[in-house]
Amino acid sequence: MHMQLWQSIPFACIILPLGSAAVTSIMKPRLARIWATSIISIVTVLSAVVTVLYMNGAEPYTYMMGHYPAPWGNEIRVGMLETVTALVFSLTMLLSLLGGMKKLDEHLPRQNQSLYCVVLLLMTAALMAQVYTNDIFTGYVFLEIMTLAACALIAVRKRGRTLVAAAKYMIMNLIGSGLFLLGIIFLYDISGHLLMENIGDAVAHIAATGEYRQPLIVVVALITIGLSIKSALFPFHTWVPDAYGYSTPTSQAVLSSLVSKGYIFLLIKIMYRVIGLNVIVKTGITDVLFAFALVGMVMGSLSAIRQNDIRRMVAFSSVAQIGYIYMGIGLGTDAGMMAAMFHLFSHTLCKSMLFLAAGGLADASGNSKHFRDLRGAGYRSPIAGVAFTIGALSMVGFPFLGGFVAKFNFALAAMDAGSIRALLVLIVLAVSTALNTVYFLRTVITLYRKPLETAHYPAEKGQRGLLFNVSLVCFSAANVLLGVFSQIIVNAIVKGLSTFG
Amino acid sequence: MAKTRPDYESSLFARFLRWLQGGSTQLDDEMSHTMDDKASLSHSEADKIAQEHEAKYEARLAAMAEQEKNMYAHVHAWASNQGKGLSNWLYRILAVVICVGIIVLLVSTAAELPPYGSPDNPAHNEVAERYIEKGMQETGAVNIVAGMILDYRAFDTLGESNVLFIAAVTVLILLRMTTRPDGKPTTSQLEAECDDRMYEPKNDLILQHQASFLVPMILLFGIYGLMNGHIGPGGGFGGGAIMGAGLILYLNAFGFKKTERFFTFKTFSIVSVAALSFYAVSKAYSFFTGANHLPSIITPGTPGMLFSAGLIPYLNIAVGMVVCCTMYAFYTLFRKGDM
Repeated sequence: MHMQLWQSIPFACIILPLGSAAVTSIMKPRLARIWATSIISIVTVLSAVVTVLYMNGAEPYTYMMGHYPAPWGNEIRVGMLETVTALVFSLTMLLSLLGGMKKLDEHLPRQNQSLYCVVLLLMTAALMAQVYTNDIFTGYVFLEIMTLAACALIAVRKRGRTLVAAAKYMIMNLIGSGLFLLGIIFLYDISGHLLMENIGDAVAHIAATGEYRQPLIVVVALITIGLSIKSALFPFHTWVPDAYGYSTPTSQAVLSSLVSKGYIFLLIKIMYRVIGLNVIVKTGITDVLFAFALVGMVMGSLSAIRQNDIRRMVAFSSVAQIGYIYMGIGLGTDAGMMAAMFHLFSHTLCKSMLFLAAGGLADASGNSKHFRDLRGAGYRSPIAGVAFTIGALSMVGFPFLGGFVAKFNFALAAMDAGSIRALLVLIVLAVSTALNTVYFLRTVITLYRKPLETAHYPAEKGQRGLLFNVSLVCFSAANVLLGVFSQIIVNAIVKGLSTFG
Repeated sequence: MAKTRPDYESSLFARFLRWLQGGSTQLDDEMSHTMDDKASLSHSEADKIAQEHEAKYEARLAAMAEQEKNMYAHVHAWASNQGKGLSNWLYRILAVVICVGIIVLLVSTAAELPPYGSPDNPAHNEVAERYIEKGMQETGAVNIVAGMILDYRAFDTLGESNVLFIAAVTVLILLRMTTRPDGKPTTSQLEAECDDRMYEPKNDLILQHQASFLVPMILLFGIYGLMNGHIGPGGGFGGGAIMGAGLILYLNAFGFKKTERFFTFKTFSIVSVAALSFYAVSKAYSFFTGANHLPSIITPGTPGMLFSAGLIPYLNIAVGMVVCCTMYAFYTLFRKGDM
């Protein structure tokens, strides 16, 4: 098959950040930042180009990574869902870097600033590779890069809390990686392949003949549990609040919105392309995910209500939102997966904006993150205030924003999934939404209340400059657009999932 | 103005009048009564009563605080004695149960897997067949493992060498001490230097003589491993690890001063950056030409020759350099926080 030039774009999206990462480490900090920003911008623009082509009806294809065809060499696959995800991920990465740029100077020693850019570039490359890969072992290799890069992102601000968080993160994530790797090894042993399509055929054969029944169930359990530990599903979330809460703003935004989503996307990909949704549902693992997700939705929100620190509150809200995504996956239907994918996008765009805005508001309040001092911060840092409000409303599920469409889709998906599940989903969705409203609206109201008489705020109002504002305006626009033009995204996801298998 | 009796308020007539005017409850009466009382008291007396009330209130508050404190102390005592023991005990039991459960599950699963080495295994399929039968012709590498990791599945290995690089970057971020822009050592650097000198005695003659004999051998063997990765056993990861070990031995025997003559932080950066960039650029070219079916200038050459197998020997050297630098960097950073 003859390749057209545009079909090399996804390959460029992976190789550009991967190849340019090493050079960044010997650059001066300023140059390194400009370099990293331009590389990630190029990746974003390229992803946007491919997405537009797919919106106009391009067909999925596979791209050989080298001179050898698929089962022998490596391969990436490009389709509707991959390109949209790549666009959302790279855009979020770019805006997070811009939004937290000014803080890097303050939070990192000079010698670590270019290394930080290396970490971000490798993270971008790993996310792109994770999204596009058609080979389960390539997925594992780039998952390792993501794990280590995330550890660097947490620990880059060398404080007691972040170091403890990084240690906790390492322990939990290495357990997750280990389980996932064991799963791949068992899977290779019973299927003889690493290429996703070929494993898919072999697993369909195994499931039909009933051979290797126990290994197959164990493989499904290992892969699913491994990836859900890594993406901080409810009982494995203990590292989240410290890790997300105390790092530098760019790290917070990237960690909360991208790292866990990369793992979830890989899980959805494996469910569709490697093992098959029918086989997965038959093993009953989706029920386990469903149960944990429901508990997580409520417990995450309850913990968020108890926090006095805005960053920890937003971090605990992530636990609840990851619960939403896993609830969609746990339904085990196409509609559930669609809702989960949509919420993955809306949460990615929303949570990074919330973290950046929370950082800006805290800056305007004398670098304090406590609600007491945040009173009136919405007036002191207007753009951050508006962005936080939009993000909070989206999380709560206000119409015309991404969160609303996501919750609506979850409810619709639940209706088709059988009466008990529908009831459970609707009840928990309602409870969780009410709890979300409690803590997010309390924060928004606090932001626009009169400050305490005793409070003293810095005179220069902690303005973070042009890049911060541009980043928040773009994020807000992206969130509103996602809500208003949700049907386009929903159609894209439906089309992407239908050509996925 | 008529003179009223002092107990007029409680007289029959007054009560009747009040009843006529709409009546009032006993509570109203009492309240108005006390209010009148209060009003009739002098300021000093009112203050006195207020003080008494306050004193009583404060005494009650203190008692409550005491009670609360006792309760907390009790709970804390319980939590730090029995409670902690109980949770530790539960934690241990659960940990053992879960571990044993997982071990049993995994072992029983491994028993269900296809038997090792059986020709009917699913893993013995067209993939392995082509690697074994055509691997040497297609990649030019006699060592088919090198052909697999650096040619067939080079993308994975590109990722893998970046795993090493990001591990080194993370350790650098975490452990490298802050330097001053003018290059002079900071206090913590000097302290680390002192510690290092104290705990790692130098000028150990036996070690130095051993090392001056062994280090060149080790380095040579490492280079041999690197260069022959495509012909025989060896390769980038193995050879690089051997060379890294040689460097670490040299450092231990002769100290930082002598090592710094040929290996500093700058050397580390330049070598690993050059190696990784070469890997990325050459492989990007190879991936691009492969995917688009363009002619490539890279040819397998004659299998068994030193310069054959296309890019494999050069990639082996690049990977080896990254591995060697990473190992050495890990050692020095964990030891002194600098290179």
